[in-house]
Amino acid sequence: MTRRVLALLGAVLLMAMLVPFPTGAQAPRRGGTLVYISTSQPPSFDGHRETTFAMLHPVKPHYSYLVKFDTHNYPKVIGDLAESWTTSRDGLTWTFKIRSGVKFHDGSTLTSRDIKATYDKIIFPKGDVVSVRQAIYQSVRAVEAPDPQTVVFRLKYATPGFLEKLASPFNFVYKAEILERDPRWYERNIMGTGPFRFVEYVRGSHWVGRRFEDYYERGKPYLDGYRVLFIASRSAMLAAIKSGQALTEFRGVSPAELSDIVRSVGDRVSVGTSPWQCNNTVTINTKKKPFDDVRVRRALTMAVDRWGGSQALSEIAFVKPVGGIMLPGGAWAMSEAELTRLAGYGRDTTAARQRARALLREAGVPENFSFTLKNRDIAMPYEPVGVYLVDQWRQIGLNVQHQQVEAGRYFADQRAGNYDLVVDFACDFIDDPDVQLPKFLSSDVSPINYGGYIDRQLDALYVRQSRTADKAQRAQLVHQFERRVLDEQAYAFYVLWWQRIIPYWKTLRGYNTTTNHYVEPDLGEYWLAE
Amino acid sequence: MTRYVVARLALIVPTLLTVAVLIFILVRIVPGDIVELRLVSGGSFVTPGVIEAERERLGLNKPIWDQFVEWMTGIVRLDLGVSMWSGNPITQEIGIRLPLSLQLAVMASLIATAIAIPLGTLAALHRGRWIDHLVQVISVAGLAVPSFWLGILIILVLLGVFGYLPPLTFTPLMQDPRANLAQLIWPALAVGYRYSAVTTRMTRSALLEVLREDYVRTAWAKGLARQVILRRHALRNALLPVVTVIGLEFAFLIGGLVVTEQVFNLNGVGKLIVEAIAQRDYTLIQGLMLLVALGYVLVNFIVDLLYAWLDPRITYQ
Amino acid sequence: MSAEHVVVGRVEPAARRRAHPLLRFFRRQPVGAAGLVVVLLLLGIALLAPEITPYDPVANDFGAQFRSPSLDHWAGTDAYGRDVLSRVIFGARTALLVGFGASLLGGTLGAVIGVASAYFGGRADLLVQRLVDVMLSFPIIIVALAIVSIIGTGIDKLVVAIALSFVPRVERVVRGSALGVRAMTYIEAAQAVGASPGRIIFRHMAPNVVAPYLVMLTASLGQAILLEASLSFLGLGVSEPTPAWGLMLRGAAVDFATRAPWMAIVPGLAITVTVLAFNVLGDALRDALDPRLRT
Repeated sequence: MTRRVLALLGAVLLMAMLVPFPTGAQAPRRGGTLVYISTSQPPSFDGHRETTFAMLHPVKPHYSYLVKFDTHNYPKVIGDLAESWTTSRDGLTWTFKIRSGVKFHDGSTLTSRDIKATYDKIIFPKGDVVSVRQAIYQSVRAVEAPDPQTVVFRLKYATPGFLEKLASPFNFVYKAEILERDPRWYERNIMGTGPFRFVEYVRGSHWVGRRFEDYYERGKPYLDGYRVLFIASRSAMLAAIKSGQALTEFRGVSPAELSDIVRSVGDRVSVGTSPWQCNNTVTINTKKKPFDDVRVRRALTMAVDRWGGSQALSEIAFVKPVGGIMLPGGAWAMSEAELTRLAGYGRDTTAARQRARALLREAGVPENFSFTLKNRDIAMPYEPVGVYLVDQWRQIGLNVQHQQVEAGRYFADQRAGNYDLVVDFACDFIDDPDVQLPKFLSSDVSPINYGGYIDRQLDALYVRQSRTADKAQRAQLVHQFERRVLDEQAYAFYVLWWQRIIPYWKTLRGYNTTTNHYVEPDLGEYWLAE
Repeated sequence: MTRYVVARLALIVPTLLTVAVLIFILVRIVPGDIVELRLVSGGSFVTPGVIEAERERLGLNKPIWDQFVEWMTGIVRLDLGVSMWSGNPITQEIGIRLPLSLQLAVMASLIATAIAIPLGTLAALHRGRWIDHLVQVISVAGLAVPSFWLGILIILVLLGVFGYLPPLTFTPLMQDPRANLAQLIWPALAVGYRYSAVTTRMTRSALLEVLREDYVRTAWAKGLARQVILRRHALRNALLPVVTVIGLEFAFLIGGLVVTEQVFNLNGVGKLIVEAIAQRDYTLIQGLMLLVALGYVLVNFIVDLLYAWLDPRITYQ
Repeated sequence: MSAEHVVVGRVEPAARRRAHPLLRFFRRQPVGAAGLVVVLLLLGIALLAPEITPYDPVANDFGAQFRSPSLDHWAGTDAYGRDVLSRVIFGARTALLVGFGASLLGGTLGAVIGVASAYFGGRADLLVQRLVDVMLSFPIIIVALAIVSIIGTGIDKLVVAIALSFVPRVERVVRGSALGVRAMTYIEAAQAVGASPGRIIFRHMAPNVVAPYLVMLTASLGQAILLEASLSFLGLGVSEPTPAWGLMLRGAAVDFATRAPWMAIVPGLAITVTVLAFNVLGDALRDALDPRLRT
């Protein structure tokens, strides 16, 4: 009996030795330089005046925020320089407690004065200082710094989602002393409290950062430094990732590009995917005949098979999710049942196309009617979207000329109303109706409404939802707005939302793919395995 | 001779001035606005007030005449101004990219010359025979192959067959010759092949012309060794048009390699030109075009000088 | 140029009966003849494109993306499932249209300016030459790029942009020839008799610059096609889904080059063969028309 027990024990012990131990969460390893790619150059280094990821991707790691999005739990907002915060009951006063002992890269200490100066620049820019997102903070009356560790925001009216707005990845915290001396200094220089110091930038080539040893978060950053390679050509970018010269790129690749990478180094890369807070829309010039006729507009949106397109285009472009004005799958999105009732979102394409043809006849549009679809000359994903739309409209007897124009002309034409239909896009860092809806307000209210229509119902709906605190009620109003824009009036329509696909070498740890490429890279959290 | 030199030099200034004026006018005809491009292309919502303020700051709202005077006086003071997009001095922007473009141009020229002169000579000497035909086919093909397609094929072979990717960032030659050459040899080959085609044809025809000349025939009749004739008489005189072609093509290479730079992802002057035009960066476009024209004109001038030195008869025209 | 070669109008052929000029051409310039055959073949293909293509060049077929060459698709399919061969065949239309359009337009404009400038001389000539100098100080792709930025993209604007880029080069060559003719005594004689400038230009000068004009024309044909390819590759030429060889090399062809190399290889071959044919033909033409211009 004892011998049997011993044998059993022995067998168990042997097996225990052979079976690998569950590793669980590996401890982050310090060291290494992360090399990643950015496909565009930063126009300037000032986060408050730029809107492009091209500025964020190399510059962001040098700065801290008051509060920021937690990339591991997006869209949760956590404190960065703020230790904690409270709100008054009426929602009009937000008080933030600032960490002590935070140092700038030049050794000086951060106080609430710096944060106040930063937000004053963002919300109340003086002189020729440009603050691009100023409009989001219209509800702020004043920013105060009563003592070195406290910042207070006083609002004119309660603003739902105010914390998220403060957490904008563009709100780099700057040094008050520098801003007083020269408020435009930050356009060409770097001085922050972020996890990395600035080392060098060779225009057109690369950007280098090194660990800031006095970073307030002990133990972080794990990386010794980082290096950004500026590579505009996609094939060069893919080749770089395949060869391991760079570990990843933080914007996104198409599924075909992904399969290309996987085929070469499949076992050595992980893939992060997420719906993307970016989309392609088509704006219709309601001032031009026959697009002033709602029947024609509805026919145009009905003809597009979005579900089929999602499947077909997702192979060659990074588009996929089908949705309305708000992020598909997000807190504000319509349910699929509601969505499929909108024009162009049904599953029965043949019926939709028949109805579209009928509407066109009714409106007096002849067979083979020709118009121009203007588009940007960017290959991804504008070109495939444009080509797809042209093909879809061919199937209801419309002869569409696809005209891809370069950016300068594109914006000029769009603004001047010099187009029939134009492919547009929208990208943001938060899924908030206050940010997504203004595009569709009347043209005399919203300067970015290039469709040229006036619709007071929409204007009223927008104001109402903006003041509604109850989420469910607010969602109802938002959906009403959506139905009017996309279905009843068909002023504009959404083609497809984008899909973020990020292949990255397995050696990169601590990375989590979020819905937008503005809150990434969160370099303080990343580390490199052996 | 000096009068010739001075006369040629005197032509440069009016040409460049005309370029400066024309460029100033042309950039402002193009529709599109740098501020919009900069602020709106991110995709988010920017108020027109912000856009206006920025235009004001860049000096775009100043009267055209003022902008023109600023530009012209700047040229006189050799100050090309500041890029509207990045705020950096234009000389700095160009300075970063010029070494790469220059090196690429030199390498391509060397490759081209090394191929062209021997091949062209061979073809001329064996005129009508199979080697002549072969050389002609090679060089005519070189003119027909789009150099950017050749570049794509090179990358395809390197990556697909050898799994090799050339370095993606530029390291100066002095700093790390291996990395530097590993990056630039491939575009130099792609460009050099086409370049050599032009030069081969010119070498061949120039040599043929010279070989027909009376004095060569005389030397031949006198019984001088072929090599001697070649070296002492024929080649030297055939060099004239060949040098012209090499010079002209070289001038074209700085800034003309727009597409090749895209294919190989090179941070060169051609790429900067395309970016500047796409971004409607008026000051940068103006400065770049002026420099490209200057380069062209200077190279032409040097070629003219060389021409005159090699064949003094020219100066009497 | 030695003094013996006085050109007086057209040279009459010798009295002895000769073989047909075309036959002579074929015999003397076999390579050029081959080029001519290829060009004619291309013209035929371009004209008959709708009849001979197996598939519609613009119809998307998402079930058939990236297919490698097979009996179904001789040159494979591209990212949208479109048949590459059909697109290449239709692309010949775009290429030839742009090629002939741009070189005819640019060549003629350049020739007219060249001859007129040579004839009138004086300050007008100096001014024109200054302008031409300026345009010649830039690589041709930059000039084309600049013009496209001003006038926009699209096939019609592309033809204009490329044509305008050629004008200075053609102008220079033709002017050179025209100057030579201008100095001829018979021109002075015509002026003395009271002939109008137009008559002199068109009756006396023009015929003698036909040779260099034709040579520049054929030289620019190939160049025009290459330029179109470059501009489309940069995204400044024709737009999708128009089949055009340069456009086919852009974007997906490069990105998926290792996965679907036929996408990049076939259009590039088409460009090379076409330009080669035109160049060879141009060379032969030059040799036949005016041996003095031989290079």
